[in-house]
Amino acid sequence: MKTNSLKRSVLAVAVSLGTLAAGQAWAAEQFIPIPSYRVGPYASGGSKYYGGLIDYINLVNAKEGGVGGVKLTYEECETEYKNDRGVECYERLKAKGEAGASMFNFMSTGITYATMDRASQDKIPLVTIGFGRADAKDGSVFPYVFPLITSYWSQASAKISYIGQRLGGMDKLKGKKIVNLYHGSAYGKETMPVLEAFAKKYGFELVNVEVPAPGTEQQSQWLEIRRQQPDFVILRSWGVMTPAAIKAAAKVGFPRDKIVAVWWGGSEEDVIPAGEAAKGYIAGSFASDGVGFPVIQDIQKTLYANGKGNLSDQAAIGTVNYNRGVIGGIMMVEAIRVAQGKFGKKALNGDEVRWGLEHLDLSPARLKALGAANMIPGVKTSCANHEGSGYTRFMQWDGKAWKPASGWIAPDNSVLDPLVKASADKYAKEKGITPRDCSKEK
Amino acid sequence: MQFFIEVMVGGLLAGVMYSLVALGFVLIYKASGVFNFAQGALVLFAALTFVSIEKMGVPFWIALAITLGIMVLMGVAIERIVLRRLVNQPPISLFMATIGLSFFIEGLAQTVWGTEVHGLELGITDEPFDVMGVFISKFDLFAATLSGVLVAGLALFFQKTKLGRALRAVADDHQAALSVGIPLKHIWAIVWAVAGFVALVAGMLWGSRLGVQFALTLVVLKALPVLILGGFTSVPGAIVGGLIVGAGEKLAEVYLGPFIGGGIENWFPYMLALVFLLVRPEGLFGERHIERV
Repeated sequence: MKTNSLKRSVLAVAVSLGTLAAGQAWAAEQFIPIPSYRVGPYASGGSKYYGGLIDYINLVNAKEGGVGGVKLTYEECETEYKNDRGVECYERLKAKGEAGASMFNFMSTGITYATMDRASQDKIPLVTIGFGRADAKDGSVFPYVFPLITSYWSQASAKISYIGQRLGGMDKLKGKKIVNLYHGSAYGKETMPVLEAFAKKYGFELVNVEVPAPGTEQQSQWLEIRRQQPDFVILRSWGVMTPAAIKAAAKVGFPRDKIVAVWWGGSEEDVIPAGEAAKGYIAGSFASDGVGFPVIQDIQKTLYANGKGNLSDQAAIGTVNYNRGVIGGIMMVEAIRVAQGKFGKKALNGDEVRWGLEHLDLSPARLKALGAANMIPGVKTSCANHEGSGYTRFMQWDGKAWKPASGWIAPDNSVLDPLVKASADKYAKEKGITPRDCSKEK
Repeated sequence: MQFFIEVMVGGLLAGVMYSLVALGFVLIYKASGVFNFAQGALVLFAALTFVSIEKMGVPFWIALAITLGIMVLMGVAIERIVLRRLVNQPPISLFMATIGLSFFIEGLAQTVWGTEVHGLELGITDEPFDVMGVFISKFDLFAATLSGVLVAGLALFFQKTKLGRALRAVADDHQAALSVGIPLKHIWAIVWAVAGFVALVAGMLWGSRLGVQFALTLVVLKALPVLILGGFTSVPGAIVGGLIVGAGEKLAEVYLGPFIGGGIENWFPYMLALVFLLVRPEGLFGERHIERV
């Protein structure tokens, strides 16, 4: 009798647990794949970026119970910043979740290129904040790629404007000499046509100097720079090339405050290895650093104070890469929120989230409501404009922290738009894509 | 002319830094006849260990001693766990084992010490001083002096000591060395420990320049043409090879680069090494192998 009773009890518990489990499985869940890199050469920045992104997702779940009552779920896949691993992660995660992957954010131009065709076929958007193809701003040709906030080309334009500001006006650029010291890769060469267009417009001399990848040794390039005696050096670096460049600049006595670097050369990981030599160095930025933003403080209070933060080292909170990750999370979650407004509060598929990404409206008021006022510029996307902003700001390393060196600088679209159009049209022709008519998109 | 001298002097000094990495390869090759694919990983591990211990508040020289101890232990462990089982196996088996070791050590370094990038200040500024208009880096001069001392010490060790001769015998033929009573296991443990020490010196100098980060594993790419040029078995060859590669690549980049698009510094040393290979396959100072058929 006792045995039967025990069996019945066990059965009842099992049925209850089964029902509960089934109930949980049926509750709406929005799946976000996280193709992170926490080991390998770029692990330091990758850990912080994806840590920030995951913290924001967890914050939304903890404070709002997800988006519109739909819980956000995620799964990490280690790419090691390698293209083949990235493609593998894409294939592994694209069909996960109730409605498949919402979108991918690889934080890697190489992996983005490697998955672009697949993502378009699978109707899954790629979010490329501050990396990837600049011409993907043209959503009529690239419906599934979103270079949100600002692209490399917009940044190149902002660098010239910033140098103009430093010289006392854009007219002062005439006759000046600017060296473009670039990483010897497709990434490094991407901004050359833009810089050449601006050199023509403003009458400055542009000298392109290549640093063979990975850029550990730059003595000859910096001796050449010393010989050229430029007014400014635009540094288009990546990874170890940045501290090596700063050290080499110090070695030839080139002033660090005359170096204007790409945002991928503008994190703590880039300047700390260069030590004292990095003092005064300038770099671009699309997301402000620091812990002064309410959203960051909310993460600390809601997650880290309760032992639920993603990073073991809390000193990383508020660093450049961490805040970039939080911004990545904000953009992705907002896209889901916007898409829910059209398609309903349910698990959305990639194509539906794509619509959300194409209708983002992160006004200053909305950013303030999210606790991220002035952390990024306002972003408003459309079919014709997948970038949504194009603004870039500059910051200066004082030896201990980044300090603002400029306000948000607008891109010069009179130069950029024709280049974007020409490049997107060329891509459409190569791939046999018929561009969408954006005037018909709602 | 002044600019030419500056480029050449800079190149020669940079070449010494390459030699430092190449030395680690030479040591292992001399003792086992195997190209040690894991040397870059050892450089990373040594530098990361040192800087992490120092960041715990341990004084410089104690941190250095502890790191050296860890590198010696690692050398002994590699012999015990990996190499001991591969005595008398074809060199390709040993080479494959070092590839595995490389991935293991890289992973171990990041697992134990984390993925954070660290700055490393050795107290020697990288600011230049002016010698008749030619800028020379104090740091490069220091690195060159240190490398020179290391090379001289190792050359003496291999040529003049009993242990050095035993190492060379082991490299020639494991079986023969064992048959005349040379303790192969001890020899390998010692040489891996010495390679660990060289990796520590290289890691600290390169880490001071680039920061202690994963990219330190990439500095070995600069050492390969040095080895081909200088010979895989010659300690002085590593230094001469380094000087030729350093000066050659810098001069080529500055004077040849503009005519062929620039950015030639990476492949030029390999091309130079290839030319040397055609003339002297064993390198400038390498041992010529004559086999009876």
